[in-house]
Amino acid sequence: MSNVPSDLKYTKSHEWVRDEGDGIVTVGITDHAQELLGDLVFVELPEVGASLDAGGDCAVVESVKAASDVYAPVGGEVLEINEELVDAPETINSDAYGDGWMFKLKLSDAGELGALLGAEAYAEHAENDDH
Amino acid sequence: MDKKTILNQTHRDMGARMVPFGGWDMPVNYGSQIEEHHAVRRDAGMFDVCHMTVVDLEGDRVREFLRYLLANDVAKLKSPGKALYSCMLTDTGGVIDDLIVYFMSDNWFRMVVNAGTTEKDIAWLEQQAPAFDVRIKPRFDLAMIAVQGPNARLKALPLLPDDVRDAAAALKPFNAASGSWFVGRTGYTGEDGFEIVLPESEAVALWRGLADNGVAPCGLGARDTLRLEAGMNLYGQDMDESVGPLESGLAWTVALDDQRDFIGKSALVAQQAKGGLRRFVALVLDGRGVLRGQQKIFDGEREVGEITSGGFSPTLERSIALARVAGEAGDHLTVDIRGKRLPLIGVKAPFVRNGQACIDL
Repeated sequence: MSNVPSDLKYTKSHEWVRDEGDGIVTVGITDHAQELLGDLVFVELPEVGASLDAGGDCAVVESVKAASDVYAPVGGEVLEINEELVDAPETINSDAYGDGWMFKLKLSDAGELGALLGAEAYAEHAENDDH
Repeated sequence: MDKKTILNQTHRDMGARMVPFGGWDMPVNYGSQIEEHHAVRRDAGMFDVCHMTVVDLEGDRVREFLRYLLANDVAKLKSPGKALYSCMLTDTGGVIDDLIVYFMSDNWFRMVVNAGTTEKDIAWLEQQAPAFDVRIKPRFDLAMIAVQGPNARLKALPLLPDDVRDAAAALKPFNAASGSWFVGRTGYTGEDGFEIVLPESEAVALWRGLADNGVAPCGLGARDTLRLEAGMNLYGQDMDESVGPLESGLAWTVALDDQRDFIGKSALVAQQAKGGLRRFVALVLDGRGVLRGQQKIFDGEREVGEITSGGFSPTLERSIALARVAGEAGDHLTVDIRGKRLPLIGVKAPFVRNGQACIDL
């Protein structure tokens, strides 16, 4: 079973969210997602300053196998993107929850965090989703 | 329920991620597809190709039969063990399958056909063969393992049976040696290596032995990027029954300019006479992104074709593709990726051979 840290929140579409406090969150894709995709070779990130709606597609990750949309887990403004990924998309394969983070958001509605999955619920979802 | 090769459990034991492919449950990778790709380019890798089918054709008129059945001419095969790549065409010039045929003896030829097309291939062979008194024998009792890479032959030779080892070591490219196993110096990666056909009961031991000799197990993922870099077509993506060899970059495999008649020839001659054939081209994406099958290609504002096979080339660290475009399409093409037009560079295939890039970027 892939790694699902207990201090993060998750979506059914395999993004993770870390609450950094002060209404700021960091977003990436889960270890399970990178495992399903295989070696990543291309990442397209949102633009800094862009305003994202919860559930909207906002980034693309492409592996040797396929392209996959990344959805904003919560709504907000993009504060920062991980530019290192542009030259080294494989960082997501090696460190999905650390150096493989994708972007930081200023939350527009902190209440949206409550709608995300906890680690246990996500782990169960990921297991059922496996194929 | 997908079919399983004799190596299925071995793949699982070695940590493979399994996927459905052409009705079979096959390994797509054993961890990193890119590392597997590099293993083949730099050292040695192995592939389970048991899902492909060996078909033996026997009869006194088997050569005459194959000269009529195949678009390439088996008359080119003069010494036993020599191999030929060919398309097998419909009456209307579409590709039923692409295959390798080996000349074994005057009354015995051997074919290796694709997994997903096996059933229709055999049906077609059985329909055509009686007129030539040729017997068709699918060899579902045989396993096949491809060992590919610059060190592949060295690592595989010690594992071959005594009755074929010396002959295998002496093989020239595109030739096969036969003993208790059948060993061809052929492959689908653009590297040196062997394709080994052996009894199913001995396949697991060979696979384990190769792994012990430092041959990396490789999945279908690496097989696809390797063949794409080598500029080799994949049946079902680059050509099928709706598209002929002349529009699939396979004109070099069709022997049209002689007296020989073969199935599909009149259709190809008519296509050539009519003109306006689409071109099959090799492309590199100029910039970041990944080319994929079915992406549309444009010349200015006009759509002129689409990518048939695309992907990321681990050797070039660029995205590459094979595509079919209108005959009159220009040299400055673009591709639509998620609504954006990105420039393409036309190159001459192959992209990579024997570990070396063949194109200047």
